[in-house]
This record gives sequence, C-alpha cells and structure tokens, in this order.
Amino acid sequence: MGRRSVDPASVKSLAELRTRRATHPNLILWLTVGWVGYCILPWYGIEDGFFSFGWLFDGYPLDEDYAPAAILIASGEKPWLAPLLLALAAPLAVLRRHKTDAAYSLTLMATGALGLIWLAAQGFGIGIRGYSFDWLNLLFGELGDRQFGMGMGGLLVAASLLFTLTHGIAARGAVNGDVFVVGAIGGVVAIVAAFVFFPIGKMLSSAFVAEGGGYSAVVFASKFFDDRLWGFGCLTGGRCGAAWNSLFLAVLIGSLTTVIGLVFALAVTRTGFRHKKLLRALTVLPIITPPFVIGLALILLFGLSGSVTVFVSDLLGTQPTRWLYGLPGIAIAQTLAYTPIAFLVLIGVVEGVSPSMEEAAQTLRASKWHTFRTVSLPLMRPGIANAFLLGFIESMADFGNPLVLGGNYDVLSTEIFFAIVGAQYDQGRAAVLAMVLLFFTLSAFYAQRRFLGRKSYTTIAGKGDAGIHPLLPRGLSIAILSIAGFWAVFTAIVYGMIVYGSFVELWGVNNTMTFKHYVTAFSVKFNESGIRWTGAAWDSFWTTIKIATIAAPLTAVVGLITAYLLTRQTFPGKNSFEFGTMLSFAIPGTVIGISYILAFNVPPIEITGTGVILVVSFVFRNMPVGVRAGIASMTQIDRSLDESSLTLGANSWNTFRKIVLPLLRPAILAALVFSFVRAMTAISAVIFLVSAEYDMATSYIIGRVENNDYGLAIAYATALIAVMLTAVGVFQALVGRVRIGRRTDFVPGR
Amino acid sequence: MVQAGIAGKAAPVSLKDVTKTFAGGVVAVDNVNLDIDTAKLVTLLGPSGCGKTTTLRLIAGLERPTSGRVLIGDSDVTNLPATDRDVAMVFQSYALFPHMTVAENVSYGLTFSGYGKSEIRERARAGLDLVGLRGFETRLPSELSGGQQQRVAVARALVLEPQVLLFDEPLSNLDAKLRRQVRDDIRAIQRDLKLTVIYVTHDQEEALAVSDEIVVMRNAAVAQTGTPRELYDAPVDSFVADFIGEANLLPCVIEHVYDGLAAVTVDGYGYDLPARGLSPGSATLAVRPSRIVLDADVGFEAEVSKATYVGVRMEYTINASFGAIFAVHDDVQAPLSVGQRLKVAFASSGPVLIPKE
Repeated sequence: MGRRSVDPASVKSLAELRTRRATHPNLILWLTVGWVGYCILPWYGIEDGFFSFGWLFDGYPLDEDYAPAAILIASGEKPWLAPLLLALAAPLAVLRRHKTDAAYSLTLMATGALGLIWLAAQGFGIGIRGYSFDWLNLLFGELGDRQFGMGMGGLLVAASLLFTLTHGIAARGAVNGDVFVVGAIGGVVAIVAAFVFFPIGKMLSSAFVAEGGGYSAVVFASKFFDDRLWGFGCLTGGRCGAAWNSLFLAVLIGSLTTVIGLVFALAVTRTGFRHKKLLRALTVLPIITPPFVIGLALILLFGLSGSVTVFVSDLLGTQPTRWLYGLPGIAIAQTLAYTPIAFLVLIGVVEGVSPSMEEAAQTLRASKWHTFRTVSLPLMRPGIANAFLLGFIESMADFGNPLVLGGNYDVLSTEIFFAIVGAQYDQGRAAVLAMVLLFFTLSAFYAQRRFLGRKSYTTIAGKGDAGIHPLLPRGLSIAILSIAGFWAVFTAIVYGMIVYGSFVELWGVNNTMTFKHYVTAFSVKFNESGIRWTGAAWDSFWTTIKIATIAAPLTAVVGLITAYLLTRQTFPGKNSFEFGTMLSFAIPGTVIGISYILAFNVPPIEITGTGVILVVSFVFRNMPVGVRAGIASMTQIDRSLDESSLTLGANSWNTFRKIVLPLLRPAILAALVFSFVRAMTAISAVIFLVSAEYDMATSYIIGRVENNDYGLAIAYATALIAVMLTAVGVFQALVGRVRIGRRTDFVPGR
Repeated sequence: MVQAGIAGKAAPVSLKDVTKTFAGGVVAVDNVNLDIDTAKLVTLLGPSGCGKTTTLRLIAGLERPTSGRVLIGDSDVTNLPATDRDVAMVFQSYALFPHMTVAENVSYGLTFSGYGKSEIRERARAGLDLVGLRGFETRLPSELSGGQQQRVAVARALVLEPQVLLFDEPLSNLDAKLRRQVRDDIRAIQRDLKLTVIYVTHDQEEALAVSDEIVVMRNAAVAQTGTPRELYDAPVDSFVADFIGEANLLPCVIEHVYDGLAAVTVDGYGYDLPARGLSPGSATLAVRPSRIVLDADVGFEAEVSKATYVGVRMEYTINASFGAIFAVHDDVQAPLSVGQRLKVAFASSGPVLIPKE
C-alpha cells in the first residue's frame, strides 16, 4: 500500500503510517548477509580462491581452513570470533522498533561500531604467529594459536556491521535520515580507508623501522639524508640525487606538455585548420598505449643501433652514441605520452572561453593579437596551470619510460623499484623514497586543488552563446600549425616504428621481415582436446583481460557513487571526503605498489600474490577518473530533475537508479573504457603485485625488454594496442549511446 | 478501485516561526508565519532573493528549516523528506525527465504510490486529459513546445492528488501571450479540483490575476499578506505600495485628522482621504500613475519633462517642486507637450497614506 491512498478519508493516516511503520527491509537484508557470512561461508581466505569452489568438496564445513566462524566457535576453535556473534544478534532485538526510537539507532550504532572495532582488533592482534604484538604476549601469555587472512565470511560480516552502523547513523537523522546516502558514504569511506589510507600509512611507518624491528628516527634520518637522494653531484660533473632529478624532469615535462598541448588546442579551435578530427584521433593513441612502448620505439629510432642513429653516423662518419639513455630519452618519451593529457585539459578551457568575451574585445577596437594576448590568454590561465600540474604529477609517477630509457639518470619511481627488487632489498629505503615522491606529487595535487580547483573563468551557461571564436593572428597561426604538424608527424613515425618493429627479425642486426615474434607470443595449436594456447604471451594476456574486465565495472560503480555523493548530497565532512577520494590520483603507482605489498601480505587482509590485489589496486588507482567523469556529467544534469523526482515520491535510491543513472550513460561508458584501458596498460603498481600465477601483460613485456628481447616485446605491445582499440568499440556498443529526442544536452525539458 | 478522474485531496498548510539559515550565515527565510487555507491559491510574491523560493522548498521538503515547524493538514512534516510528504511541485524549468516519454513522466510518481499497472495508466491518461495533451503519450519532452512541456509538468504533479500543489515561477519560461492562457488554465484547474496551491512569482500582475491571497515577501520576511484588492488599496508600507502596481511616493503634510479622515496638503494642494491611524505631521502619500489627473483646475504646479507614446496610452514624467512623478493618461489623440506647465491633482479615490515604518 502506498502513501497515496485511493480512499480520501485515510490520506493523512497513511502518510503518517508510511513513516511510522517498523519494518526495515534494507537492514534485514544486511543482517542476513552478516549471518550468512558468519554461519555458512568460510571465515578465512582460501588459498585456491573462493570462486574455485574446491573447498566445497574438501572437508567443508568442518575442516578448520574452510569452516565458517560459527562452526569454528562450536568446535572450540578461534574463541576470539565469538564476540562478533553478539554484534550480529543485538540488532535483531530492535528490528520491531520504529526508526525514530532512540533505542533503535543507539543499538545499531553501538553494535555496528563495536563489532567493526573488534573485527579489526582481532584481525590485527592475532596473526600467523599468534599475537602480532609483543605487549599482547606479555599481557595474556603466548596464544598457542594463529589465524590467516580473512575470507568471504569475514568480508560479509564486515559489510554487515558497517551497514548496521550506517543504518543507526541514518536513524539518528544524519543526511535527513537517508539510509541509501549514509550507507553509500559509509561504504566509500570504509573501502578508501582500507585500500588507500591503511596501506599508505603502513608504508610510511615502515620508513622508521630499524633492521631488528622497532622504530627509530635515526634510521629514517640516515636514509632520508642519503646523498643518492639529495646530492648535487651533477653540478660538478657527477650524478645528482634522484629527488632533484625527478623534480627537474617533472618541471620540464609539465612545461613542455602544457606548451604543446596549448598549441594543439589553439590549432584545433582557432585556426582554419581542416583536419581537426584527425588531430583529435591522434591524441587518443597515447591513452591506449602502454607507457613504456613509446620508450621502446624511441630506442628503435635513436638507440645505439636505431635507424636514425645508424643513418646519421653513416652520413657523418661518427661513432653512434648512447645519448638517448638518460634525461633526453625520458623527456622525449614522456612529452609524447603526456601531451594528449594536457591537450584534453586545455581544449576544454580554450573552447570554454566565451566567444562573446572575445567578440566584445574586438568591438572595443582590440586587434586580433591584442584580443588574444589581453583577453583569451588570461582567461585560459587557470587551465594552463592545471595542465602543467597534471603533466608534473604524471611525469613524477611515470615508471615505464625511466625504466626503459633511464640509463644513469636515476628518478624516484625507478629507485623505489630497485630498492625493493634489487640485490639491496631495503624496505626502509623504498619507503623513504616513496615518501619523498609522495610529498612532491601531493604538493602539486594540493596546489592544483587549493589554488585552481575552483578558479575557473570558463562558463558554459544555459544561455546559448552564439558567437564564434576569432581566428588567431596570421603569424601566430602559422607558427602554431607548424609545431602541431611536426609533433603529429613525429608521433606518426613513432607509432609506425612500433608496428614495423614487431615484424623485424632482430633490429639493427638482421632487418628481414618475419612473423616470428607473433608466432612465439600468440601461437595456437588445435588437437583433439580442443585449442591449446601454446604462445608464450597467452598466460599473461588472459590474466590481463580477466583482471581488467573485473576491475572496470567495479571502478565505474565506486566512481559514480562517489560522484553522486559529491555533486548531489551535502553532508558534514564533505570536503575531506572529496579530498580523500581524489587523493589516490596523486599517489604514484610505484608508491601504491610498494604499500600494497607491505600492507596486504599479512593478515587480516592477506591478498598478496592473488588476482584480488591486482583488481583492488586498479579500482583505487583509477577511481578518481570515474569520479571526475561522473562529476562532469552530473553537473550537466539539472538538479531540479532530482528534486522533482523526490517530490514525486521517489526516494534517493530510486532517484539515483531511474533518473541519474540513465542520464549518465556517457559517463559510465567513459569510466568503463578508461578503467579497462588503464588496467591493461598500467605498469608501475602492477610490477610489484604480479605473481607467477597472476602475471600481467605489461610486466611480462618489461621482462622481455630487460632480456633485450625487443621483437617479442614490441609485437606483444602492438597486439595489446589492437585489443584495446577493439575493446573501446565493444564497450561503446554495449553501453549504447544516449539519445534524448533531438537534443543531446541534459537541460530538462526545453 | 479505478477512478476515472482526478480528485483534490487538499489540505491546509501552516508555517510556524520558520527560519532557514544557509551555511555561511545567509538568512534566506526569517521567522515566517503563514496559514494557507484548504483549496486556496496563495501567491508568494517578491523581488528576487527575497526568500520566496526557499519558502516553497521548505514546504516541499527539499530544504529543512533551521528552526520552526511546517504543518500540512494536521500532521507536523518538519522532519519529513520530500519523498515522504504528500506534496507535488511544478518546477521553473519543468524538470521533465528527458529520457522518458510524456506518459512515463506522468506515471513516474504513481509507481511509488502503490497503484496497479492498469490504474497507473488510467490515472496518467486522466491527468493528460485534464491538461489537454491526450495523444502525446509517446512523445519525448524535447519533442514538445514550451507550453506543452509546462502542461506535462502540471499533469505529472496533479495525478498524485497531492495535499498541496506547489508552483515555482511556472510561467517564467513562456512567451507573453502564452502566459495569460496558462495562468488562466492553472487557476481553472485549481478551482475545479479545489486544490491548495502555493505559487511563487516575481510578477505582481500575475499574482494579482491568479491569487486568492498574496504574501508579499521582502528580505526573507513577510511584508504583507492579503487579498489582491487589500494589497492594492491598502499597502502597509511604501515597499508594498511600489511593488504592487507601481506607485508615486509623495511627501505630504497631514494638516488635521477628523473622524478617521485626514486632510493632507501636497505642495499647497489639499486632498482628503482615510487617515489609517496617522496623526498630523509630515507623511508619505502613495498615488498610482493612473490616479493622477493632469492639467486640472486645482492642484500643485508642475512641468512635463518627458512624454512617451506606448500605443494604448501616454506615459508622462512630470517635475514638481518635490521631485519627479510618473503618470499615465488615456488620451493619445491630444498629448501634452514637453515643457508644458500645468496643474496636477489626484483622482477622487486611489491615493493612500502609507503608515509610518
């Protein structure tokens, strides 16, 4: 029975009834989930993976490894799980109460919060060697028992406790008592805390860990003030510290990409250039290219046996040099890789400058050059600064290109890698380096948000801005077109080299054409038992596809829910919430990688070496992109649409599902495609997290490069690019395009 | 139980000491008290930024008051979200869902009200009939004209048979000709179905035309409440006098008061009118432009400084010793000329004394 009765006499009482009734279907659902997790599903993580279902036939439910918590307790094992039973049982006592009843909200909040605290405490307190902390041993004596990482049962109980808590908070009246919104906030906060803040915190603290355990500031200081980090040797002919190298490189790349990006944006919008679509298409290429592939192509061109190097040295009769390896190589590769990002930022800004401003300037007798210099350019300033900071962060975080081209030019991201995988195996040093890197990127991120985030002169008002952008002055126009043209040709050559290189027997030595590399990587045999994937690359290829396919929708869901909360809801602490969710954008992949292996190779969350850790790292690495795509399109949807849905009797969940989501299809598509592609091309975090069982395409390729097996590496990379192009097309078809009448804007009605 | 038509289930609305303060300390609604009777059309009128839309959103449940109570019918809905209130709202932008057809838009609210499928269809059709849009069910909002979109928005709200129907500047996106017609349609539906309607506008003419009662708001507070005639004939202050139908505010002197009648002089010109409780001394007189008699035999001295022909009448700006006066005159055949000196008087009824503020 709904609130709008057909019988007029009972209208008021029904409207009241609707708010007074004491069933809480959503709470019951989550409690059921909790009980299922506690009584039916295996409490601890299963080595072969939960979804292998091998555990079902291997002693479940009595075997200690697979038993649910309830059975463990019943058979006298793991007594520390027993208090959770209380936390799951207490809410049942208040199920019949109304939500405005203080006992209802207090019980839910108390049991939810205490349950979560206990869950975390037992998880951290008791590990694979009994108590994890010495003082616990002193207090209670040796435990004589141990436990591994939590599994599906633990996960469901944790979710149940979390949402019990948010139900309690909602019943107290937070966010107007909206269960869906409070739950969504709680969910996002919990996963961001668990998978961003917890590992980063753990990594930072390990910088202070001395060799024999225990914490020491001296150890930290000695690692922090290391000459290899801050040295100025390069000024006197030696080598500079990695920190200075990274900083210099990042500033250089930020400037270069911004200038070239601006040149492109201007070429597309303000010159008579005809092939604008081509230029736009060209900028998509680097996005679907694994980051180090450009480095590989540069080696083929300018390396010791590269085509250009050989050609020039033959021509001039000089010795080929290794000039590419080091700063020049990294700089060229990163400029090629990140200019499209600057372009994408700047095209929005350049197009966003209202043409009527420029037209106004011209009617005030400013010449074209004057208009550009005094009106257009100043209006673009925030966008330009934004593009610079993005380039800065990307360059700082880049791992693939410095690894391939770095030579003696040490940068932080690769130093971190060598600190942990090299002969020196020094976790503390890796953590210190990661801290410095994180400091640089977070400063840039903070600067971007603090000074620029809200400062934008570009306005896209609902009112039609009928003007057109004036063309640039002729001289500037020619200069800009020639720079853009040169860059475009250079990019085309680089990509041509990638494809061409994949067919060459052995670059620089034996230039005959061959399919050898493709055969090695992707050969397939057919026999009576079906298809056998005999190629060397198939394993990592299928793993990559699988992981990327799982991660993409999860990223989109988390990103869009976060975007919805940020654009459509107001709640206390919203600014910190926003900062926290966007933070992982500024955390370089290498930092994420190292903090994940430090945090997640011990209970309570023990997922190192599994596919889960890869999925999780992708979700949180790419989440900011989903959030941004979501925010961008949600701000295009007039708020009155939500509000009218609410006044028509839909609750916030229904509004989200029926109004916001259908209008968000383009954003969903963008988030899906982007996270899929990023999951396939990522290398920096991945290289720490892969295992023999879960090898990813990019880390496999890097491995080939390190063995100087360029042919196979490039063939594999070419195949990846082809796959990603296909994926983009398939996603497009799956999600479909939103067509709303004749118009494509989301201004309601008119 | 299928009903063919749409009935009203109107209920009264009260605001008790309602204050709304936004983050940053901006007071949007300041201690407002309102009592709106069942089946009445009440307009919230005021300049932009006076808090009228916020008041409407407080009634809708889209905002919560910082203090005070909101009552619909007998129940206190102060803490109920919009979802759980029995109100419906027509938005300024109409807020039609662009991805749904007209029929889907109109049925949207019904699907959350526990009706069966056939009844939803029945009711949606009845709603579209009511606004004269039968046959448009499968169109998308973008395939309708502005006026049609507006009517879909009205139908979408009406089919829920809300206790209160809210309109937020519903005519502001329509052209001038359509406005009069839609305005009359809304009024007719409201009367036929005996709905409680709260209507926000900044257009005083619109407010005068549709309202049973007008609430004039200024600076987040209620300036005056009354029927259109009360507001026009007896404004409580110069703001209301000027906002409702424009008025010249002239300085005058009350010479004496006798039996509720005041004898005032304006620059030596004497005039008698209700004293409204004022005592002798200087005061302010509000005179509508149409109540000014130009070229009279007795009056104060003035000079025509501007004359504008606007088709149906002449508009004059006249300089008197105390300042400029705006006047209109129906005689377009023999207009006064600029620079002409003349005597100015007031019509026998119309001017009012403004109570001291």
